[in-house]
Amino acid sequence: MSTVEVPPTKHVGQSLRRKEDPRLITGRATYVDDLALPGMLHAAVVRSPEAHARVVAIDASAALARPGIKAVYTGEDMSDLLAPLPMAWAPPGVEIKTPERWPLVRGHVRHMGDAVALVIGDDKYVVVDAAADVEVEYESLPVVIDVEQALKDEVLVHASLGTNKTHEWSMGGGGDIEQALAASDVVVQRRIVNHRTAGAAMEPRGCIAEYRAGALTVWSSTQVPHLLRLFYAVQMGISEDKVRVIAPEVGGGFGGKLQVCAEETMCAWASRKLGRPVKWIETRSENMAVSHHGRDQVDYVRMGATADGKITAFHAKIIQDLGAYFGLLTPMIPELGAFVMTGCYAIPVVQTDIVGVLTNKFFTDAIRGAGRPEMTHMLEVMIDQLAEELGIDPIELRRRNFIAPEQFPYETPYGITYDSGNYEAALDRALEIVDMEAFRAEQADLRSRGVLRGIGFSTYTEICGLAPSRAVGPSGFGLGIGLYESALVRVHPTGSVTVYTGASPHGQGHETGFAQIVADRVGTDPSVVEIVHGDTATGPMGLGTYGSRSLSVGGVAVAHAAEKIAQKAREIVAHNLEADPADIEVRDGRFSLKGDPDQGMTLAEVAGCAYVDATKMPEGMELGLEQALIYDPSNFVFPFGTHVCVVDVDPETGKVEVVRWVAVDDCGPAVNPMLIDGQVHGGIVHGIGQAIYEQVVYDERGQLVTGTFVDYALPTTMEVPSFETDRTETKSPSNSLGVKGIGEAGTIAATPAIVNAVIDALRHEGISFIDMPLTPLRVWQALEQARGDGNGPRDSEQGASLPAQGEGSAGSGPTIPEGGRS
Amino acid sequence: MQTPAPCEYSRATSVDDAIAQLQALGGNARILAGGYSLIPMMKLRLANPGHVIDINPLESELNYIRQEGNEIRIGALTRHVNMLESDLLSQVFPHIFREAEAVLADPVVRNRGTMGGSLCQSDPAEDLSGVVVALKGEAVLRGPGGAERVVGMEEFHLGPYMTSVQPTEMLIEVRIPTHSGFGGAHEKVERRAGDFAIVAASAALAIEGGRITFAGVACSAVGPTTLHIERAEKALVGQAPSEDLFAQCGQMAAADCSPNSDGRGPADYKRHVAGVLTTRALSRAAATAVS
Ligand SMILES: Cc1cc2nc3c(=O)[nH]c(=O)nc-3n(C[C@H](O)[C@H](O)[C@H](O)COP(=O)(O)OP(=O)(O)OC[C@H]3O[C@@H](n4cnc5c(N)ncnc54)[C@H](O)[C@@H]3O)c2cc1C
Repeated sequence: MSTVEVPPTKHVGQSLRRKEDPRLITGRATYVDDLALPGMLHAAVVRSPEAHARVVAIDASAALARPGIKAVYTGEDMSDLLAPLPMAWAPPGVEIKTPERWPLVRGHVRHMGDAVALVIGDDKYVVVDAAADVEVEYESLPVVIDVEQALKDEVLVHASLGTNKTHEWSMGGGGDIEQALAASDVVVQRRIVNHRTAGAAMEPRGCIAEYRAGALTVWSSTQVPHLLRLFYAVQMGISEDKVRVIAPEVGGGFGGKLQVCAEETMCAWASRKLGRPVKWIETRSENMAVSHHGRDQVDYVRMGATADGKITAFHAKIIQDLGAYFGLLTPMIPELGAFVMTGCYAIPVVQTDIVGVLTNKFFTDAIRGAGRPEMTHMLEVMIDQLAEELGIDPIELRRRNFIAPEQFPYETPYGITYDSGNYEAALDRALEIVDMEAFRAEQADLRSRGVLRGIGFSTYTEICGLAPSRAVGPSGFGLGIGLYESALVRVHPTGSVTVYTGASPHGQGHETGFAQIVADRVGTDPSVVEIVHGDTATGPMGLGTYGSRSLSVGGVAVAHAAEKIAQKAREIVAHNLEADPADIEVRDGRFSLKGDPDQGMTLAEVAGCAYVDATKMPEGMELGLEQALIYDPSNFVFPFGTHVCVVDVDPETGKVEVVRWVAVDDCGPAVNPMLIDGQVHGGIVHGIGQAIYEQVVYDERGQLVTGTFVDYALPTTMEVPSFETDRTETKSPSNSLGVKGIGEAGTIAATPAIVNAVIDALRHEGISFIDMPLTPLRVWQALEQARGDGNGPRDSEQGASLPAQGEGSAGSGPTIPEGGRS
Repeated sequence: MQTPAPCEYSRATSVDDAIAQLQALGGNARILAGGYSLIPMMKLRLANPGHVIDINPLESELNYIRQEGNEIRIGALTRHVNMLESDLLSQVFPHIFREAEAVLADPVVRNRGTMGGSLCQSDPAEDLSGVVVALKGEAVLRGPGGAERVVGMEEFHLGPYMTSVQPTEMLIEVRIPTHSGFGGAHEKVERRAGDFAIVAASAALAIEGGRITFAGVACSAVGPTTLHIERAEKALVGQAPSEDLFAQCGQMAAADCSPNSDGRGPADYKRHVAGVLTTRALSRAAATAVS
């Protein structure tokens, strides 16, 4: 580990306002859909209304007859693609049956919305009408939607695989799990369903592909431009140097744009075929149906403990609903969670068994935390379940099992090394803010007046900062490529700075945070440090933004490059002042002599030496002031913290309202506290969304019921309280900034706090367990059941698992009587 | 699908011009008011009119809230935000309009969506329709040659997305009788703010000399239209307000409504909530009645 001396900071640690905001909030940002190229054509996709069928015939004649339509392509037309869409995980020693996924189907559709044909024309509205004209004859096949039903293999999603079970993956450590459970004083066992959610980024996906003069350029709303370049090169047989991918402004990703998208490959292929640029912009309906979903697991969980509350063993069997195909990382998602199965606790024996199962739904992949929210949910809900079983206060139970600060670096039974932590400190700070005694008094008082208030805790840690290459790459965990990050810092002759990063932000604020890091190191102001990202032609190979990796991998790369620039600058300054480079320091925005700050040079003066007057350079030193490097950290990072949620439940309607949220997060020293707050706020909203409001629902025929924002309930500002955030700062020894990721922490921490709070509010009503989503219906049903009104089967029992099929959903205006003008 | 089918567009210069255009286009046209129901349906291709007639130029003719004798008159193009912020409405019908409008959609929709669009959409989950039904408002429809007819809400709403407005007619005004001793309330359970109701209940009472002299109870999203709970209204009039009475009315609402199971919940749950909200709305209406 390089321990470059960190200069005295000035900008780092400040809540500098986001440099990217003025252009975003004044409408001056350029998203893919804002771009138009000369001669550009538009694409629309013909999608399957069936969840499982054989494609008997495709008749495009009516579509082709429409004025303005250039071509209609099917899967057969694209048979010259050299590789199917990628799945990038091949864990050594595990057999995975990977169903082939081509941009357009070849003979079978396997989920509603599967892409059957591509329509290209010169107007974006005409292609939509033409797509509706393409007549596809389907021969319906049986459909399997429920993941546990699919495990029976009665209906096969891919007959050629012979089974719906694509793989099994087990990881255990510390001893035999069955023995450990058997030897425990108590074992608590639950079935926990972590339901399917959508990413729902504000900007849907989209691209423009232009193949011209033997080279391909793709503007894509993506989190991973460099990965796309690599895959386009492979799929289309173009050498990588002739492929350029540009991510312009990207309006949110949440994992949904960490994907090699079928539609983008289609556009690239069609552009080469037609010799004109092709644009495709996803509609919101498509976004709900065919942008990958997240979660969707059925978890069988067992936790063992001694009578005095020491957790002895934790076992999770995860049945993962993959959907009908694999996306880039689909089968890998729960595994990511398994790495932090022990959470904040010294659990001696753990085991995760994962079963991947295909169903006739769109595929799941990395969304909002990917794997870790599911695992944290199980763990933190189970801690409360165990606490109740043992009659121990859930906070006390957590304390009894926390890994102690002096135990770090701490190796878990899985062989993962937690870098640093101080879990009690974060919990104590949260309790200080919350004041439990006052809360319990208030809770009792409210209850006497019919308001059911509850409090729930989640003390989490998670694994992020996705890297290091050796651990995650082909010979390690089995990803198809190592994870590192690149930086290039270029000081211009006038002293302003351009920084290229391989990270690819889509809302996080890299342009601000990275500028603060660089400014401090090279003695300048963040306003003259421009952060350039998302263009494969401008900087070294990069891996993009996901897995809360940007700061602890990309930011550290940038810091190291800036430190090398600073070192060179010190030598130039020392040469000009006839001093020792070791005596030059960055101070008040200048390189100056220690002890005699009047003697020194500005960065612009240093750049003048490096670019303008070579006689002022030390003998033998290369001209210029520029540094590129790739940084590969030594370990993951493990942020942690305590989230506390307070809810009110209306006992008559079942409606849950989050009334208070206290979050104490620890992501190491803050580069910009405001950016951290933004990430935490957004993450919690995601958690609240999943726990109470959001659910992707398919009916038994595989029709997507939640295809619009009228049916899929995203929370708004009205559903969330004003967050009370605070931080503790425990440095990570894994990188020179001491930082840990914070992008996903909120969403990882949040859901169990909500479930635990609702249970706390309802325990006296006889409810000790309830699954998400905590809709008014779900809560009311639980209350009805607890009140023991056994009036035989009710409508709501069907409704519980499966909101009915689009029909009659008030407000979505599904049936308009023909001719009847309202 | 998120692109409307091709269609023609024209602007109306007066109410009579709009009606003349409707007549000329022979049933293939739709009035465009705020557009917040019509345009989404066109984008999803659930509505495919060949022609839309924009009545937004008729602000001065059709956007008003005024009192005439024992009636409040609301023009068809009056926006939700106008009703939300109207002092006259909250003075004559305290709470009920403001409460319904405050939970109806979001500010963007409320800035454009209109009284006429809400009623003519005839979405059984509409909040504002519930209020007009509870208040026993009447719709003024104008047809060719300036012929006007006035219909009650029962007659106006025929079913989901169906009204008695004829292809050559336009809704121009809603008339609502006023009452002394008025109290009203609107209760709603929705999945999240701005969402259509899982169930909503509107209650309007007039209480004079300790007796209920007028009662209107309506429930949204539990039937083919916003439902009138007639049995409850009959049970209320002439009685002294009491929690017991309101609880009984809640039971009547639960029994008399006819919800469907759908994505917002199963029928039995909606029935239960209709009862709870009716009781709550009545009891708040009574508590706030101006005596
Ligand atoms: C995001 C969203 C959330 C919503 N949430 C709610 C909610 O919580 N509660 C709720 O009650 N509603 C809700 N709505 C519906 C909203 O209230 C209606 O969309 C709106 O009020 C309808 O009015 P409009 O003027 O926009 O109608 P338009 O869309 O212009 O018209 C609707 C229909 O009425 C016809 N029409 C309009 N005016 C006349 C007239 N004068 N004469 C004859 N026919 C006419 C049109 O031809 C069309 O068929 C929501 C809508 C959206 C988009």
